[in-house]
Amino acid sequence: MKNKLMLIFAVLLSAILVLSACGTEDEEPAEETDDETTEETTDETEEEAPDFSVAMVTDEGGVDDRSFNQSAWEGIQAFGEEHGLERGEGYDYAQSDDAADYMPNLNGLIQQEYDLIFGIGFELMDSVEQVAESNPDTNFALVDDVIEADNVASVTFAEEQGSFLAGVAAALKTESDEVGFVGGITSPLIKRFEVGFVAGVKSVNPDIDVRVEYAETFSDEQMGRSFANSMYSDGIDVIYHASGAVGNGIFTEARNRIENNPDDPVWVIGVDRDQYDEGQQGDHNVALTSMVKRVDVAVQEVSEMAMSGEFPGGEHLILGLEDDAISIADTNDEAYTDEIHEEVSDWEEQILNGDIVVPETDEELEDFIDSL
Amino acid sequence: MFSNRKFNLLVPLFSILLGFLVGAIIMVVFGYSPIDGYTALWNGAFGNAYYTGETLRQSIPLALTGLSIAFAFRSGLFNIGAEGQVFVGWLAAVWFGITFDLPAVIHLPLSILVAALAGALWAFVPGLLKATRGVHEVVVTIMMNYIALHVSNHIIRAYLLESGSRTYRINESASLRSEFLTDFFSGSQIHWGFIVAIIGAFIMWFILEKTTYGYELRAVGFNPHAARYAGMSVKKNIIMAMLIAGGFAGIAGAMEGLGTFGAMHTHAGFSNLGFDGIAVALLGANTAIGSVLAALLFGALKVGSLSMPPVAGVPSELVEIVIAIIIFFVASSYIIRWAVLRFKKEEK
Repeated sequence: MKNKLMLIFAVLLSAILVLSACGTEDEEPAEETDDETTEETTDETEEEAPDFSVAMVTDEGGVDDRSFNQSAWEGIQAFGEEHGLERGEGYDYAQSDDAADYMPNLNGLIQQEYDLIFGIGFELMDSVEQVAESNPDTNFALVDDVIEADNVASVTFAEEQGSFLAGVAAALKTESDEVGFVGGITSPLIKRFEVGFVAGVKSVNPDIDVRVEYAETFSDEQMGRSFANSMYSDGIDVIYHASGAVGNGIFTEARNRIENNPDDPVWVIGVDRDQYDEGQQGDHNVALTSMVKRVDVAVQEVSEMAMSGEFPGGEHLILGLEDDAISIADTNDEAYTDEIHEEVSDWEEQILNGDIVVPETDEELEDFIDSL
Repeated sequence: MFSNRKFNLLVPLFSILLGFLVGAIIMVVFGYSPIDGYTALWNGAFGNAYYTGETLRQSIPLALTGLSIAFAFRSGLFNIGAEGQVFVGWLAAVWFGITFDLPAVIHLPLSILVAALAGALWAFVPGLLKATRGVHEVVVTIMMNYIALHVSNHIIRAYLLESGSRTYRINESASLRSEFLTDFFSGSQIHWGFIVAIIGAFIMWFILEKTTYGYELRAVGFNPHAARYAGMSVKKNIIMAMLIAGGFAGIAGAMEGLGTFGAMHTHAGFSNLGFDGIAVALLGANTAIGSVLAALLFGALKVGSLSMPPVAGVPSELVEIVIAIIIFFVASSYIIRWAVLRFKKEEK
């Protein structure tokens, strides 16, 4: 009896070994050919990128969140390909499933001796601050929040500029002269979205009403639906959201309304990335436009600087329209007409050449509206 | 020929082995190398002092939630609420650590005690409802999880928020972290909580095996009707069991609050410590020592899996598959029992 059990045990063990062995055998030839093809390409570019590597740690959203983290990873991939780096050596990412993973992930990448390590999202602020202090020879960059340390570059975005243009588009599109804003959690960050949007709307027509609501969450879709339902029912026809997944509920509500009543158009303005796909209902699309935050551009830019030896350590970079890090999507050309496009470009010009300084706080907004 | 004791040991071991085997098959099928994958897993869990420290750190709360669920289970209760008890324990410990300024010898034990009380209080509600009204504890504990999640988020935002989504840091005197341990494990987040977990396991073993209380609890777990017939108070024992189970889970939260993070941050969703604790208890056959060992395995798998994508290119989700398969085989220990009995028959 005992022997039989031992036999099963032995069979299982040997099965593992055999399987493992054939796994590696299968793998090797494939790897070799891979190496050959990439070697050719790297040979040419190697002089440009002799010795530089970059990696990132995601926040809880994960690398395939169709938003922030994914965008950052696309930036790193683009950077890696441009300079002929190899994934796993030249560039890589580490995924965090919860907040306890931030430190092990950061330290893991440090031990693999990456030259520049990104923390994506303000949630990583504490962890990046700690590892930056104990690893002064490694460069770090934090997106969406600010750390003051010589080996950390902080990157934030001028969301108010993009939101201003979203406000212009909303003001031009609305027929009821009522528009709405739905924010995620009350914070200085989301405030910038709100204030910029209101400023943009009022710049076009000071008589348009803007209703502002906060969901106090970034994840509750149902909340978004009920906000959108009440807003659209009260005659608001354009809603701009800066509320993560809450916005998905707003899109759902808008799509339902269009399906039930195609003659009474309602619109949503998306955020962070082009949310055109979220707005498709039959052959109609409720996504008027989106305020696009190019995290990928930011990540690429900081990587370029670091590679050329000009790492902006200790600095706080605010990327906006002029860096192409903030933009307004024009994918939905049926709703986002040429006239709107021209007008928005006009305002964009005025922001770029400094004629308009977009407010960021409530006080600045008051002054701004008074000056109109 | 097979005593129950031996069986309790064999089933988990076979399940673990099968889990890794199926994981290897899946890796081969998808064109990854199992040797590279498992090597990366091993090195990522025990490869150097840093990773070993992280593995231990991850195992501490898992061991305690495992103890919580195992303890309740021995008394015939299914404590799905460890998750919520972790949250209230975490919050209570951090609150106590921030608000008071006492000498460390008093502050630290009191902080842990406060966390245990908070967890116990959270478990008291389902215990009371079960004992007096017969409301199933699974339903109530699940609801209590959501209450704990959202209430703790609200309290953090309203009263304890320092910046972003995090509370103030706890005072040094309530911290489980120490320079010595951090240096010894080359900078990992390991803290003295592992001693707390071992003491917890000892307490559970002692209560269950060496006291009259424990005997009654187990009797209620085996057969509540027989226990009542024998003159034991089933109600009192159910409430007692939930209180102690909640206490363990509350301490697990304290480990995160006083050790790993030194603060609490708002959570968008569950931390999964309580839910993983169910798997730990199951794999540990609901014993104290078993839970600690199972927690070590799960801690190693979780921390090691972080190294699999960057080092071996194997997706870390694969480890979740391995864990799921281990749980599957433990849960369906009937299959293994059946297989063994078949062999036994043939021999005759």
